[in-house]
Amino acid sequence: MPDTMSAPEAEAVPAEALRGRGWKQAALQPWGRNTTAPCIAARPERMRELWAALDVPEGRALLARGAGRSYGDACLNPGGAMVLTERLDRILHFDSATGLVVAEPGVTFADLLTVFLPRGFVAPVSPGTAFVTLGGALANDVHGKNHHLAGSIGEHVAWFELLLPDSRHLRVSAESDPELFRATIGGIGLTGIITAVCLRLVPVPSNALVVRRTRMPDLDHFLAGFAAAAEASYSVGWIDALATGATLGRGVLEVAEPSESPVAEPSPRSRSFPIDAPEVLLNGATVRAFNELYWRRAPMEGRQQVLPYRRFFYPLDTIHGWNRMYGKRGFHQFQCVLPFGPGEMALRRLLETISASGNASFLAVLKVMGREGVGYLSFGKPGYSLALDIPARAESPALFATLERITRDAGGRIYLAKDSLLSAEGFAEMYPEAHRLQAVRARVDPDGALSSGMSRRFGLG
Amino acid sequence: MSVTMPPATWLVLGASSAVARAFAHQAASHGAALLLAGRDTEDLERQAADLAIRHRVSATPVAFDARDLGSHAGFIADCAARSTGTLNVFLAFGVMPEQAEADRDPATAAAMVEANFTGAASVLAALAPVLEAQRGGTVVALGSVAGDRGRPRNYLYGATKAALATYLQGYAARLSRSGARVLCVKAGPIDTAMTWPLPRLPFMATPQAFARSLWQRAERGAGSVYLPRVWWPVMGIIRLLPTRIFNRLDI
Ligand SMILES: Cc1cc2nc3c(=O)[nH]c(=O)nc-3n(C[C@H](O)[C@H](O)[C@H](O)COP(=O)(O)OP(=O)(O)OC[C@H]3O[C@@H](n4cnc5c(N)ncnc54)[C@H](O)[C@@H]3O)c2cc1C
Ligand SMILES: NC(=O)c1ccc[n+]([C@@H]2O[C@H](COP(=O)([O-])OP(=O)(O)OC[C@H]3O[C@@H](n4cnc5c(N)ncnc54)[C@H](OP(=O)(O)O)[C@@H]3O)[C@@H](O)[C@H]2O)c1
Repeated sequence: MPDTMSAPEAEAVPAEALRGRGWKQAALQPWGRNTTAPCIAARPERMRELWAALDVPEGRALLARGAGRSYGDACLNPGGAMVLTERLDRILHFDSATGLVVAEPGVTFADLLTVFLPRGFVAPVSPGTAFVTLGGALANDVHGKNHHLAGSIGEHVAWFELLLPDSRHLRVSAESDPELFRATIGGIGLTGIITAVCLRLVPVPSNALVVRRTRMPDLDHFLAGFAAAAEASYSVGWIDALATGATLGRGVLEVAEPSESPVAEPSPRSRSFPIDAPEVLLNGATVRAFNELYWRRAPMEGRQQVLPYRRFFYPLDTIHGWNRMYGKRGFHQFQCVLPFGPGEMALRRLLETISASGNASFLAVLKVMGREGVGYLSFGKPGYSLALDIPARAESPALFATLERITRDAGGRIYLAKDSLLSAEGFAEMYPEAHRLQAVRARVDPDGALSSGMSRRFGLG
Repeated sequence: MSVTMPPATWLVLGASSAVARAFAHQAASHGAALLLAGRDTEDLERQAADLAIRHRVSATPVAFDARDLGSHAGFIADCAARSTGTLNVFLAFGVMPEQAEADRDPATAAAMVEANFTGAASVLAALAPVLEAQRGGTVVALGSVAGDRGRPRNYLYGATKAALATYLQGYAARLSRSGARVLCVKAGPIDTAMTWPLPRLPFMATPQAFARSLWQRAERGAGSVYLPRVWWPVMGIIRLLPTRIFNRLDI
C-alpha cells in the first residue's frame, strides 16, 4: 500500500500491546497528501478479523477507512486506530431480476463495473474515481454526474449492515431504523463499521454512453447550457479556473446518454505517476497552457462520441497516483454546492478569488445538483457544485477561509469528503442536522469509541 | 483459456489466506471449479459466493483442519468425489508465530510443525493415490524463502518450510511417473495478514501480482520456483554467504 509507511516518530503504542493482535504502527495520508497522521492500523482479511479489531489497544479512538480517496481528515484518525476495510471485498449476492447486489464494504466501483457491466448493469451513482469503496461511498453519501436526476448513493441503498463498537451487528434500512440509516449515510464513519451494503444497480443497454462535448465561452453560457441539459442522464462541466474577465467560467460541457450500441473497449492500461513532481512544474504558465489546450479540444459547435462507461465515469483513473503531481506538500480540494439564484453570483466570486490568488489549479468541475441527500450530513442540495484542486501552500488556510466565507454567505455547503480546512462554525452552519447525528451516536456508541480527525476538528467528539 | 490447463477443479487448502484467495480468483477466471478448504467456514461461504458471482464458476466450501490428521483420508475422498475434471491442489495453509513465542512455549512450536509440515505431508499422502489414478493434475504448495537458510528471526518456521520442500521433491518424483506435476513455490514476502504486523519487508508482493505469476508458472512448470523472481538471485547469494558473515547479519 503506497500510503502506509512505518512511522517510528508516531506516538508509539508499546509493541507489547500490539503483538499478535493484527495491529501495527502506521502513518496514513488522505488523498490530498497534505498531512500525515500517525495511528495504529489493522487490516482484517475477513469478518472474523474485523470483529477482533474492535478490541482496540489502549482504548484508542476507532475509525474505518476505505480506499483513502477522501482528500482530507474524514479518512484520518491521528493518534487513534484505523481499521482498513480494503480486503473485505467479497460480492455476496446478485439478483439480475432486481439489480440488487449485496457486497462487503471494500468492494469498489471498479469491481462493480468489471463484474456487472458485461451483464448490463451499472452503479446507480458513481463518484469520479472507480477506486472508491462501497463503505466509503455510503459514509460520504457520494454523488455522480447524474445527481440532478438520481440524487446521491444513499437513495439507492436498500439496506446495509453495521458493526457497532460493542460488537452489536445490525441490518439497517430506511424503514427498520430511519435515524440510524440517515446518520450512517453520509455519517463519515462515525456510527460504526459498515460490513455489507445492498445496492440497487440499474440496467443499461450497452457498455457505452453517447457523450457530447461543447465549448462554453463563459459562465453565463455554461449555466444556460446546464439548464438546457436538465433532462440529460449525465452532465458535467470542466471549467478553466484561470480564465478571467470576459472569459471567466469558460470551459467544456459534457452531457451523456446510455448508448444503444456497444463499443469495443481497449483493455484497461494504466500508468503511474512515478515521483513527487517538483513544485516548479506546477506554475501558472503550465497550468494555463494545459487548460487552454483542453478548452480548444472541444469544438464550439460540439462533438459527439461513443465512449465506454469507464472512460466517461473515471477519466483520471488511467494515471495511478496522479495526486503526486502536486509535489510533496500535497494539495487541497475545495468543493461546495451553492443554491441556484444567489449562488450564481457566489460562483463568480469564487472563481475570481481563486484565479486572483494565483494558486495554480487545473480544471475545476462544475455540476448541477438536484436535491438534498438522505443523510443528516449529506452534501447534496439543489444548486451548482464547484470543485477544484489547490496546491497546499502557506497561504492555503487564508484562501480557504475566504472561499468558506463566500460559500456561507450564499447559503452554500462545503463537501466533507474533500475538506480539510472548514471551520467548526462553518460546519455547524452548513450542516444544521449534525445534532441528529450526535443523538444517534449517543445511542449506538455511548462510550464515544468512534471518532476521526475531522469529527474532532468540528467539535463532534 | 489455456491448452495445458483445461477447466478442472482446484482444491485450495487454507483458502482464507489472501494468497489463496487471489489464486482461487486466477483459477476461477480460467474457468476452473473451486473447492475451498479451511477452518473458517463462514468466510469460505462468503468467498464461494464471491467466486461464483464474479466468474460464474462453481465454488464450494469444505471444512478442513490440517492438524486433524485422522480426518485427511476421508476429506480427500470427499473432495475427489465432489470434483469435476482433473483435480488440482493449491496448498496454502501455514502459521508463523514469533520465534520467541515458539521458544517459550513448546505447544506453540509443536502446533506450527504440525500445521506447516506434518499436516501438509499427511494430506498430500492421502492425495497421492487420487492423482495417480487420474494420471495427471497439478499440486502447487507454498514454501518460503525462509526455508533456504535458517535465520534467528524465524528458524523454526523456516525449518518447517525446508522440510516441506524436501518432502515435495520426493513427492514430485513419485507423481511424475503418473503424469502429475508438483510445484514447490519458494515465496518471498507477500502482503497478507501474516506479514501485516511486521516491519516493512523487501520486495513485498501483492497477493494479486503473486497469484498472477504463480498461475503462469503453474501452467508450465514443475519442481521449485522462487516468486517473486528477484528472490532467485537474492537467495542464491544468501545461501552462499560464509557462516561467519551470515551470523553477523541482521536479516
Ligand atoms: C479523483 C476523485 C474523484 C472523486 N469524485 C467524486 C465525485 O464525483 N463525487 C463524490 O461524491 N465524491 C468524489 N470523490 C470523493 C470520494 O468519492 C469520497 O471521498 C469517498 O468517500 C471515498 O471513499 P473511500 O473508499 O476512499 O473511503 P475513505 O476516503 O477511506 O473514507 C471516507 C469515509 O468513509 C468512512 N468509511 C470508509 N469505509 C467505511 C466502512 N466500511 N464503514 C463505515 N465508514 C467507512 C471513513 O471513516 C471516512 O469517513 C472523489 C475522489 C477522488 C480522489
Ligand atoms: N505472507 C508471506 O510473506 C509468505 C511468505 C512465504 C510463504 N508464505 C506462506 O503462504 C501461505 C499463506 O500464508 P498467508 O501469508 O496468506 O498468511 P495467512 O493469512 O495467515 O494464511 C494462512 C492460512 O492458513 C490457514 N491455516 C492455518 N492453520 C491451519 C490449519 N490447522 N488447518 C487449516 N488451515 C490452516 C489459515 O486459515 P484459518 O486460520 O482460517 O484456518 C489461513 O487461511 C502460508 O503457508 C505461508 O507460510 C507466506
